[in-house]
Amino acid sequence: MSAPATVPAAIVGPGNIGTDLLAKLARSARVDVTAMVGVVESEGLERARSAGVAASAEGVDWLLRQDPLPRIVFEATSAKAHAANAPRYEEAGITAIDLTPAHLGPMVCPAVNMPEHLDAPNINMITCGGQATIPIVAAVSRIAPVAYAEIVASTASRSAGPGTRANIDEFTQTTARAVEEVGGAERGKAIIILNPVEPPMIMRDTVFCSLPEGADTDAVAGSIHDMVARVQQYVPGYTLRAEPQFDPPTEKWGSAHDGSGYGRVAVFLEVKGNGDYLPEYAGNLDIMTAAAAQVGELVAAEMSGDIKGSTPIGERSPTQEAEVPA
Amino acid sequence: MSRPEIRHDVRLTDTTLRDGSHAQAHQFTEEQVRDTVRALDRAGIEVIEVTHGDGLGGSSFNYGFSHTNELELIAAAREEAKQAKIAVLLVPGIGTVEDLRRARDAGADVVRVATHCTEADVSPQHFGVARDLGMETVGFLMMAHRTSPEDLAKQARIMVDAGCQCPYVTDSAGALLMHEARARFEALLAEVGDEAWVGYHGHQNLSMGVANSVIAAELGVKEIDGSLCALGAGSGNSPTEVLAAVFDRLGISTGVDVTALLDAAEDVVRPYLHRWPKMDRNAITQGWAGVYSSFLLHAEHAGERYKVPVPDILRRCGELGLVGGQEDMIIDIALELAREREQG
Repeated sequence: MSAPATVPAAIVGPGNIGTDLLAKLARSARVDVTAMVGVVESEGLERARSAGVAASAEGVDWLLRQDPLPRIVFEATSAKAHAANAPRYEEAGITAIDLTPAHLGPMVCPAVNMPEHLDAPNINMITCGGQATIPIVAAVSRIAPVAYAEIVASTASRSAGPGTRANIDEFTQTTARAVEEVGGAERGKAIIILNPVEPPMIMRDTVFCSLPEGADTDAVAGSIHDMVARVQQYVPGYTLRAEPQFDPPTEKWGSAHDGSGYGRVAVFLEVKGNGDYLPEYAGNLDIMTAAAAQVGELVAAEMSGDIKGSTPIGERSPTQEAEVPA
Repeated sequence: MSRPEIRHDVRLTDTTLRDGSHAQAHQFTEEQVRDTVRALDRAGIEVIEVTHGDGLGGSSFNYGFSHTNELELIAAAREEAKQAKIAVLLVPGIGTVEDLRRARDAGADVVRVATHCTEADVSPQHFGVARDLGMETVGFLMMAHRTSPEDLAKQARIMVDAGCQCPYVTDSAGALLMHEARARFEALLAEVGDEAWVGYHGHQNLSMGVANSVIAAELGVKEIDGSLCALGAGSGNSPTEVLAAVFDRLGISTGVDVTALLDAAEDVVRPYLHRWPKMDRNAITQGWAGVYSSFLLHAEHAGERYKVPVPDILRRCGELGLVGGQEDMIIDIALELAREREQG
């Protein structure tokens, strides 16, 4: 079989996220990272150069002077920077995969709603907690109506950067919205906890979904297991800590105002990073870069007209799985 | 930035209707809130905190749903209070500035922004909005036993620089012994004492809440928390009525009528208690192992659901270094203990 055509791509933002993404994409058969861009000289740019990637501290101005231009840009800067850069990418016909909270394009979780947005000019990767939990909400809501879903993301303090800290509300609000729009819950809530314990804790996520009386709990559990396997294809360290826990309807839950209590399923997840550039405990950052790499892979496949490559990853044959960044 | 005027040696903040919400499993009714606020206000308490136990937006699967929407309770409290300010708790990561704006609209005067003791840099956004809204600001450095006095003072500095008028040594686990509390009060007073007040929030898990409050007042800590009948997480908070009586004996002025406060505890709060917080095996374990006091009811529930000993759950919470807000981990730990038991 001949190797699939590669699509040239650039990473803007040579920090921890950009560097980890570069490591993941180095294994891609479809995405060829040709440039790493920053605004000041940095270790990240130096690392990219030593990996054989052209790197510049002259920002997006430099990037847009390149010939040929990349067809995909991964933006790992800040919401503000991406808001400024996005129109320029679009004008140049470059697809943007946005790892910042700018939220200009559709919110995408590759295990849930990727096929719908393959040709979007700008794809938003939601949040780390969103990437970890929305697949589970979607797994439940495809079996039973979810009136309310709540996610709790616990991450190691060391893996929460200054941007996240300065605007923590952005995390809770964006994630809650994506729990609704992408996960399929009628109402969503998100909670984030930073824990400074040493050695650092591996990222943990809990998903609670309301269930109506009489919901088929076996079907819900089966759907959750299927979804975990699907996410594991691009995030190998994504695991269930325990079987999904079901609680029967009680007046305590959702009852105070309408008198009809909900049941609940609780799902406990651990996200261990792949240790590419970031440490293993930083599963929150790893799942972002892994999901973005996966989106890049699928977008590149679509661009090269490879129909097989654009099928949802859960439906791929085992031989194709090797192409997924892992 | 100016700090608010404090007219007495110490200003007591009563948190029966916020920390007490944990012990009541967040089931406060509007009538209970109105009755309690009226009694506290009449007794001369100057700040009354009313919110879900986990702060604005805390009503959830993870922490328990509120019986009555907290905004309705805040508005009711505001109506009843003649002289007292109404405070709300906000834990960034759980509540947002939008919740804060709604609480302000409902009548809240003071916001207490709470972070884990090493994570103060998630709070500037919320202090900034609070000051823009014209609110008085307090900063809660929770689980204060989990970091050194010097580092706690640095975190207090972050809060004060962001607009906090009174950082607190918040002993969420009721774990601070007297010398440990003293070192933290001294460190905060030295770091920010010229420009902000310093506060103390105690729990009774090791019976230190009132003793530490006395040390605090003697060192110049100006704001001290209590709850009527100790109603609060774990074995409860420093009882406000005991603080008032002790400070009265010490000649430390609080502006509070001790008799009226004793009546408020006995006649208003005691009749509606779901449980009178006490130093039982589980709560003492929390103070001993340094576990967030609000975990108590959740651990009891998980212990019953998964048939594992509650002290074992709580000790493991301490070993894992869980912080406030990680109530979901209690179920995870109970499941793990159940698995370990099965495997012998």
